[in-house]
Amino acid sequence: MPEQPPPEMVTISLDGQEIEVPQGEYIIKAAEDQGTYIPRFCYHSRMKPVGLCRMCLVEVETPRGRILTTACNTPVAPEMIVDTESAVVQKAQEGILEFLLINHPLDCPVCDKGGECPLQDQTVAYGPGESRFVEEKRHFEKPIPLSDIVLMDRERCILCARCTRFSEEVSGDPLIEFVGRGNQTHVITFPDEPFASYFSGNTVQICPVGALTAKPYRFKARPWDLEAIESVSMVDASGASISIETSQNEVVRINGVDNDATNHGWLSDKDRFVFQAIHSENRLATPLIRDDAGDLQPASWGDALDRVADALGSVRGDEVASIGGANNTNEEAFALGKFLRTVVVTPHIDAQVGDALNPEFLAGVTPRAEIGDLDGAATILVWAGDLKEEFPTLFLRVRHAVTQMGAKLIVVHPRRTGLDNIAAEKITYRPGEGPEVVRKLTAQGDQDYGAVRDLLTAGPVIALVGLTGRAEDPRLAEAVAAYALGLPGSKVLPLARRANVFGALDMGLAPTLLPGRVPVKSESGRAELESHWGPLPGEAGLDTAGIIAGLAAGDLKALLLVGADPVRDGRNPDAVRAALDAAEFVVSLDMFLNDSNQQASVILPVDGFAETEGTVTNIEGRVQKVNRILPGPGQSRALWSILDELSSRMGGQLGAGDGPAIAKEIALVAPAYRSMTWDRLEWGPERDGVVMPDRDGVQELRFVPDDSGLRPTAGRLALHSGRVLYDGGTRNTQSPALAGLTPDPAVYLHPRDASALALADGQEVDVAGEFGTVRLRLELDPSLAEGSAYVPANLDSTWVLGVPDVVTVEAQSSKGKKNEKKKGKKKGAGE
Amino acid sequence: MTAVDLGPAHAVLEDMAPVDHGHAIPLLQNIQESYGYLPREVLLELSSETGIPASHLFGLATFYAQFYLEEHGRHTVRVCRGTACHVRGRKIIQEAIDEELGIGPGETTEDRRFSLETVACVGTCFLAPVVMIDHDYFGNFDPKKVGEIIGGYE
Repeated sequence: MPEQPPPEMVTISLDGQEIEVPQGEYIIKAAEDQGTYIPRFCYHSRMKPVGLCRMCLVEVETPRGRILTTACNTPVAPEMIVDTESAVVQKAQEGILEFLLINHPLDCPVCDKGGECPLQDQTVAYGPGESRFVEEKRHFEKPIPLSDIVLMDRERCILCARCTRFSEEVSGDPLIEFVGRGNQTHVITFPDEPFASYFSGNTVQICPVGALTAKPYRFKARPWDLEAIESVSMVDASGASISIETSQNEVVRINGVDNDATNHGWLSDKDRFVFQAIHSENRLATPLIRDDAGDLQPASWGDALDRVADALGSVRGDEVASIGGANNTNEEAFALGKFLRTVVVTPHIDAQVGDALNPEFLAGVTPRAEIGDLDGAATILVWAGDLKEEFPTLFLRVRHAVTQMGAKLIVVHPRRTGLDNIAAEKITYRPGEGPEVVRKLTAQGDQDYGAVRDLLTAGPVIALVGLTGRAEDPRLAEAVAAYALGLPGSKVLPLARRANVFGALDMGLAPTLLPGRVPVKSESGRAELESHWGPLPGEAGLDTAGIIAGLAAGDLKALLLVGADPVRDGRNPDAVRAALDAAEFVVSLDMFLNDSNQQASVILPVDGFAETEGTVTNIEGRVQKVNRILPGPGQSRALWSILDELSSRMGGQLGAGDGPAIAKEIALVAPAYRSMTWDRLEWGPERDGVVMPDRDGVQELRFVPDDSGLRPTAGRLALHSGRVLYDGGTRNTQSPALAGLTPDPAVYLHPRDASALALADGQEVDVAGEFGTVRLRLELDPSLAEGSAYVPANLDSTWVLGVPDVVTVEAQSSKGKKNEKKKGKKKGAGE
Repeated sequence: MTAVDLGPAHAVLEDMAPVDHGHAIPLLQNIQESYGYLPREVLLELSSETGIPASHLFGLATFYAQFYLEEHGRHTVRVCRGTACHVRGRKIIQEAIDEELGIGPGETTEDRRFSLETVACVGTCFLAPVVMIDHDYFGNFDPKKVGEIIGGYE
C-alpha cells in the first residue's frame, strides 16, 4: 500500500466511553472499528453514505441539546458525545423498522436471503416485536428479470439504494434507478433496457434484503446449510478474494470478499458465476487413451500413466516440450517445472500461449507497482487491453482511483475502452503504430500529445502496461514500460491475462526463467538450483511459437499441454493443428476437451478451481492462498500427484507427494519466495496476500525494459484482436449463466473505411487474413482508428481467423455488393 | 410503432447547449413541450447525446406527475380537486367534463384532442371551482358552459 500520513486523531465519547478516532471518520465507521455495531441498511463501507434508510440513528449532544442524527453520514468532531443505545435511539430504531416492515412481505421462509438477511437479523435485534400496520401491503409483479442473470422482487425492496449507488458510483453503468414516487417507488431499469452490467452480481450480494437475486443461486440452498471457504478468483490475474460456498458437494455461490489490496469486495459476474463450469457434465472424469482406430477410449490411470511414461521416456529429453500451466496453482506449476527440468530434462517450457509478453518483463520489471498505488497516483497511464473486458476488478480499482481519489487517467488503445468516459486524455492509434506514439510522447517539443505529456510529468505515475490486442507486437509493451519508467515517481504494473500466469512464470514455467525470478542465463542462480536439483539444461528453451515450429519441423517429438489450447490461442490455428499432427506424442492434462487436445494421444483429467489447494500470484507479485472445498469429478486428480507418479514411472524423484511439501520446496529453492509459507496466508494481517519478494526473499531478476527500436508497421486494415469478457473460452461456454452473454461475432470498421470499401452497417462480409477467412456481420465503429479492423478474439467463429497483422474485408458476394447500400442493414439484422 | 422524429429533440438540445446532469428537468420539460410527451426513443437519444443515464431520465419522468411517457392529447384539461373547489361543486364539474369528453381522469380522447387530469390545487382558490385547459384558467366554472369552453380548443 502507498504510504499515507497518519490521520489526525480526535477524542469522542461513545456510549460513555472515551475513544480516539481519526478526524473526519463517520460515526458509524469509528464506532464499528471500536467494536460498537450500529445497525444499518444503506451504509456500505465501500460507497459514499446517503443517510437514506435512517436505521443508523444515534443521539449526539449539540449546543441545541441532544438530537437524533444518522451515524453513517455524520463525521466525528472533537469532544463529540454520541449515544448509540439510549431509550430515544431504541425507540427510533423500533420506529424505523416498523416503517420498513410496513410494505415488506414477511415471506422469509421462501426467501433466499432468509438466514443471512440484515433486515431479518436487525428486526430481531432492534425491532419492536410487533406491527400496528394492518392495512394491505403494496403489491408488484414478482419477481421480474432485470437481466439474464439478475431478478428483482420489488415487494421486498426497502429502497436503500445500495444497488443503484453501486451501479452509478462503483461500476459506472447506472442502468437501474428509483422510479415512481411515494408508496410506488421501486428500482428498475429503463423500459426494455436490460441490466447488462459486467458487475450486476455485486448488487445481489450487497442487497440487504431478498429483493435482488441471481439465477444461479435462486432456491439452491439455505444459508445455514452452506459450507464456505475463502479463496482467490481464477478468472484473471488481479487476484480478487472470494468465498466459495457449497451445498452437498456442489458449489452454489461465489461471493466477493473485501480485500484492501485487490478487489475491495467486488467481483465481475464472470468471477462470480464461472464456477458452474466445474460442475459441467463435459468435465473430463477419466483418463482417455487414443486407440489404434484413432478414437479416445476411457482407460485406467495405470495404463494411461504407463503410456505417457513410455512415450516421454522413448525420446530425448530436449525433444519434449510443454505448453501451459498458467491456470494452475504455484505448487502445481512448480511441480510441472521441476518434472520437466529434472525428470524429462528439457528447457522447452512455456506457460504463455498466443498472447505472450516477455516473461522476464512480466516477472522482473522494477519498480513494479502494487494495485494500492493507484490510489496515491497523480496520473495513471493505461496502455493495455480494455481493462473492463480483461481485468474487470482491476478496472474497478482504476475507476476508484480516478473518480474517488482524484487521479488523472490517460488511456492508450486502438479503440474505445470501458475507461474512456473517465479518462482525462485518450490516444487512439492504429494497431502497429504504437512505436510511433511512444516516439511522439518521448520527443521533446513534439506538438502532438502536449496535454498528455503535461499530465505524465505530474507524478507519481502508475503505468498499467500490457498487450492492447493479440496482434500487437509484444515488444511494444516493453517500449511503453521503458518510456513510463522515465517519468517522475513512476512504477509499472505489468498486465498479462491468464489467472496465475505470474505465478507460473515465478515458478519457472518459461523458457528463460528458473523458479523464484532467476534467469536461466544466470550462472550463479542456476548453480544454486543445481545444488538442490542436480544438473540442469543451461540454455534457454523454446517459447510456444518455437515449440510449434519445432514440432512441425520434427525437431521436437512430444508435447505436454497443461490446460492449454494453442489451436484457439495461437496466431495461426492451422499451423498449430499441423504441428500437433506432426508430433509423435501429445499428452494433455486438462479439465475439458478442447480444439487442441482432441488430437492428443492421452488425456489426463485434472482437478481445477475449488478442487485444489495452494497459492497463486497476481499481477503485483502478491501471493495468496487458494483453497479446496470439493473433490474433483470422477477419477480426476491433482496435477502434482499425476506428475509425481509419472516421475517415479520414469525413474525420477519429484518429491511432490503433497501440496505442503511442494510449498516448502518452493520456499527453499525459489529465491524470491524464500519466506513464503501457507500458514502466513491463512490468518492474520497477511490474509490479503504478501507481495514477493519480502523478508528473506531475493529477486535476482531486475528487468530494465528498453525501447528496442521497434518499427511501426503500417498496413490496411491493421487487425485489432481485442478480448471480450464473455468469450468463447471453455469456462464461459460451460457456465450456463454466462454462455448466453457471449456477444454476437462481428467485424468493426471506422465509418470512413467502410464507405471507402462501399460497405454498409450490418452487412455480411468476408474477413480474410494470412491464416484464414471468416464471414462476419459488419458494424460501424467511429471509436476505431482509421485503417484498422476490430475483430473480438476467441468468439466461436472469429478464432479461425487467427491473428494476422492485416486483414481484408469484402462484401460476401457480387450479388451482395450490388444491393449492399440499400439492403445491407436489413439483411444483417435478419440473419 | 412508428419511428419518432428526433429532429425536435436535437433542436431542444442545441437551444439548451451545453446540457449536463443539472439540466435534466428543464430538458425533459422542453422535450415534452415539443412532443407533447416523452417518447422512449427520444429519451434514449437524449441520454446518448448528454451522457445523462437513460435510467435517470426515466426516474425523473416517473417521479414528476407533469411528465408523460405516453402520447398525450393536444390539450390538457386539469380539474382542480383542492378543498376550496371540492366544496364549491367540483364533483358536478367533473361529471360534466367527463361526459363532454367521453373519458375519465388520466385518459386521452381517441382523437388525441384532450387529455383529462385532476390536480390537487392550482393555487387560485379564490376562483373556485377552477378548471385549467393548457395554461388558461377558468374560474367560477359553470358546468353548463363545458361544451362552449371545450369547443374553443382544437
